[in-house]
Amino acid sequence: MTANGLLQLAFFLGAIILLTKPLGAYMARVYQGERTFMDPVVGWLERLIYRLSGVNPAEEMDWKANAASMLLFNFLGLIVVYALERVQQLLPLNPVGLGAVASDTSFNTAVSFASNTNWQAYGGETTMSYLTQMAGLTVQNFVSAASGMAVLTLFIRGLARHSAETLGNFWVDMTRSVLYILLPLSIVLSLVLVSQGVVQTFSPSVSVPLLEQTTDASGANVTQQVIAVGPAASQIAIKQLGTNGGGFFNVNSAHPFENPTPLTDVLEMLSILLIAAALCYTFGKMVGDTRQGWSVLAAMMIVLLVFTCWAYEAESNGNPKFPSPAVDQTTTSLNPGGNMEGKEVRFGIVNSAAWAVATTAASNGSVNAMHDSFTPMGGLVTLVMMQLGEVIFGGVGSGLYGMLVFVIVAVFVAGLLVGRTPEYLGHKIEAYEMKMASILILIMPLTVLGLTALGVILDAGKAGIANPGPHGFTEVLYAFTSQGNNNGSAFGGIGANTPFYNLTGSIAMLISRYWLVVPTLALAGSVVKKKLVPVSEGTLPTHTPLFVFWLIAVVLIVGALNFLPALALGPIAEHFMMVH
Amino acid sequence: MIWRQVRTASVALFLFTILTGLIYPVLVTGIAQLVFPHQANGSLLEKDGKILGSGLIGQPFSQPKYFWSRLSATPNVPYNASSSSGSNYGPLNPALLEAVAQRIKALKQADPQNEGPIPVDLVTASGSGLDPHISVLAALYQVPRVARIRNLSEDQVRQVVGECTEGRQLGFLGEPRVNVLKLNLALDDIGRSEGR
Repeated sequence: MTANGLLQLAFFLGAIILLTKPLGAYMARVYQGERTFMDPVVGWLERLIYRLSGVNPAEEMDWKANAASMLLFNFLGLIVVYALERVQQLLPLNPVGLGAVASDTSFNTAVSFASNTNWQAYGGETTMSYLTQMAGLTVQNFVSAASGMAVLTLFIRGLARHSAETLGNFWVDMTRSVLYILLPLSIVLSLVLVSQGVVQTFSPSVSVPLLEQTTDASGANVTQQVIAVGPAASQIAIKQLGTNGGGFFNVNSAHPFENPTPLTDVLEMLSILLIAAALCYTFGKMVGDTRQGWSVLAAMMIVLLVFTCWAYEAESNGNPKFPSPAVDQTTTSLNPGGNMEGKEVRFGIVNSAAWAVATTAASNGSVNAMHDSFTPMGGLVTLVMMQLGEVIFGGVGSGLYGMLVFVIVAVFVAGLLVGRTPEYLGHKIEAYEMKMASILILIMPLTVLGLTALGVILDAGKAGIANPGPHGFTEVLYAFTSQGNNNGSAFGGIGANTPFYNLTGSIAMLISRYWLVVPTLALAGSVVKKKLVPVSEGTLPTHTPLFVFWLIAVVLIVGALNFLPALALGPIAEHFMMVH
Repeated sequence: MIWRQVRTASVALFLFTILTGLIYPVLVTGIAQLVFPHQANGSLLEKDGKILGSGLIGQPFSQPKYFWSRLSATPNVPYNASSSSGSNYGPLNPALLEAVAQRIKALKQADPQNEGPIPVDLVTASGSGLDPHISVLAALYQVPRVARIRNLSEDQVRQVVGECTEGRQLGFLGEPRVNVLKLNLALDDIGRSEGR
């Protein structure tokens, strides 16, 4: 670690904390239907959308109708993306003339983008036409993020209200998420990105001369460099803000056209966490006690900070297997040093490690360095961040509702310890809520570990492994951890574009997104009916530092206990092989 | 009830496709092409109306007279800018250690007199396979070789390296770095003007 590295980290985390309150307060106004400065700009559009689609914005629904709306809308989106991929060769905006995408890849990609995962089995520039990227993938980037935010808003209303039946209207919350939050932020961010060098054009690729000609794999002379371009900035802005993560190019934000400068890097990194952080404040505002939001954010921040420092340290230490002293891995102001395989010089170690932790803490999944080439401990950190269930920031919306379920579990366990009936925000926590919370917490590890076991038993699974030894196991574990938590990042060496991985991965993504939405909304539908329990001496305050640490302990213990054996077989074993 | 929901879902999806899938990218493209045409089209380097490459996309170099870029793991040909890729080698993969050893050998062969340690970015592949930069130390390491072959003084070459060095953005963001293509183009320019 260097002083400058720590300064960059402080700047990044400080910026998030500073922006949390203004953006969070604005989003609370948006979801409570209050006037904002954006009304004159998009108010007419909002009303037009309601009129054409037959939505009565004043009509509220119970949890079941809301869940049905969300599932239906996402299912339709999935079908459209699938269809677009299958017939892109017949459609316009395909200047390079890319053919139809294979059916298993198409299905995996459709599930992936509808479920806010953005796992990419394909290389963007060699597979998807501009039309597919825009009208299929970019649209899902918006609406899948907005779906998560809408479900969160419904969940928060469940906690904010007492003795009520309805949670709100999914269509209204989803529409307002797009028009008032995601779209304006994306337009601003994409233009800033272009100003720094991110490409945004509909032209086909550009050919430039090579200064020194080279030879290709077959020995033929190559004198030209064909550079893929495209409408990248508009997709990158929303892929970061909506915790989607699906890149325009194969290597995602490591590509100089997706992330050309250190400034774009910090802005993109900020965008990964910004909305998820601000939603904590929105939550506090909507339940009438902002301290509740800050305490949840504090728990997330502390975990993020500790794991970021861990990954930073691990990557700074470099690779002890490189010949020494022939190779200089020390970090100085002239040399980024450390483990530079798979990393870009402009970002160096600190920005690569910080990004890796942010993108896995949030269920974003975009990368600016190749996680597959991280040191074992750096890779372990990214795995753990996902295995905690994507509740440390997590996906926009989904991260916070996941974390609030953990809050309920923490309250419940604390209540058991002292023999009091647990309550949270004036709701009694009873058997039904705990059943739903248990389902929510148990489904993910079952899916991830079950499919990982399948992947390392079947030949079809083993065929995709690229690296020998424990690292190969980690590749499979990572693939299912990522898809089973709707993250989308990968240990990229794995050959995942096969029917086996495309299909099993789709199952993991479908379960983790949609199966979890139902008990989440059911939980909200149950607590919303409860009478207000006034605060008494026996109430556990949920805004104190003590509770923050209790919450962190519950999240870490549940996550660590589920996955420690698997981690021991992968990155931990590899770490000991590396240092010996 | 269910049919009303199906209608709402279909119409809403259609409207959002138009709005976020067509109007949004077209609007951003329009503004970008108007305000930042150079950046939006790939930051191409031009001289006397001729395109020389992109300032953001690296190129492969192997002749001793040029500064070498980082290793590139893109398929078929290094620095294949239509198919970005990292090596995805794990830290213990024998193929990684072999690639590092080969690279050390090649660097030593090109400059046997240089016995200093090689900066790590010069023996590793970048994440994108298109990294346009090397570290300042990696450039300084190559200065004696390039100067000798080009019959320039080391100070002269070091000065050009300095001119092609990009510092930390806003004084503290990222790492100081040298754009290899720009550096080599600048060196060729010196060669041309002195040859004249």
